[in-house]
Amino acid sequence: MEAVLFVVFGAVAVAGALTVVMARNPVYSALGLMATMFSLAVFYIVHLAHFVAAVQVIVYAGAVMTLFLFVIMLIGVDRAEDISENLPFQKQIAIALGVVVVALGGVLAFRGRFTWVLAPSAGADPAATNGTIQSVGRALFGVDPTGVVGQTAGWALPFEAVSLLLIIAAVGAISLAFFRPLRRRGGDE
Amino acid sequence: MVDASWYLGLAALLFLIGSAGLLTRRNALVMFMSVELMLNAVNLTFVAAGRSVGNFTGQVSVFFVLVVAAAEVVVGLAIIVAVFQKRSTASVDELSEMKG
Repeated sequence: MEAVLFVVFGAVAVAGALTVVMARNPVYSALGLMATMFSLAVFYIVHLAHFVAAVQVIVYAGAVMTLFLFVIMLIGVDRAEDISENLPFQKQIAIALGVVVVALGGVLAFRGRFTWVLAPSAGADPAATNGTIQSVGRALFGVDPTGVVGQTAGWALPFEAVSLLLIIAAVGAISLAFFRPLRRRGGDE
Repeated sequence: MVDASWYLGLAALLFLIGSAGLLTRRNALVMFMSVELMLNAVNLTFVAAGRSVGNFTGQVSVFFVLVVAAAEVVVGLAIIVAVFQKRSTASVDELSEMKG
């Protein structure tokens, strides 16, 4: 069952990723990215990360992609992209370096020793990583299941820092949208 | 049985595709979407590795990546729109004022 899910939604994810990169029309790129995000949400549910899956669909596939589509509609989609290169031999060098990177990755993947990341830590229960809202919240704020605060290392300070970051981003976006730049008088454009 | 290494391989493939798009496309919007693709690939790595190791840190990391990515998208798209209003182009090749 998991293998079927992996093959089907893995194919959807890779096809969506290729659409993002290769589509000439940015709207198709956005839709391909949305397909990739939905199939990743399926993988998160397979991994019992229910909260992350829901947030992936709501925030990424919902809010972020809506924002992308709005901006695409705003600035127009029909501009042909210039694909000429400025640097000499850029394409050949890029292809050679890409082959080197893929070869190195293959050597690492098939000859390296990566079992350390795949081995469960001692006494780990796979069902213990059932990522419901309650369990992710407890992990986030360092509350153990009996309700005692501060027994385990939490993420409360990064959480607050991230909320500050969100406020700064919202204020920055609003100021970018509201305050027009001063027109230069020189006419040097 | 599909173990975590399959998901790590898929995430690596998605990351490669995203980085190739970031390096080859000139449209700032498509470059942004490629960055989002790379972030999503890393999120899949976090979740798969976190489950196989057996703790929540992976899912908590995904939460933080997601929030930072949302903030990044908001500011980045606002900058793209502002640049487009001034220059009426979204191509990164034509933005070369800061070239020395």
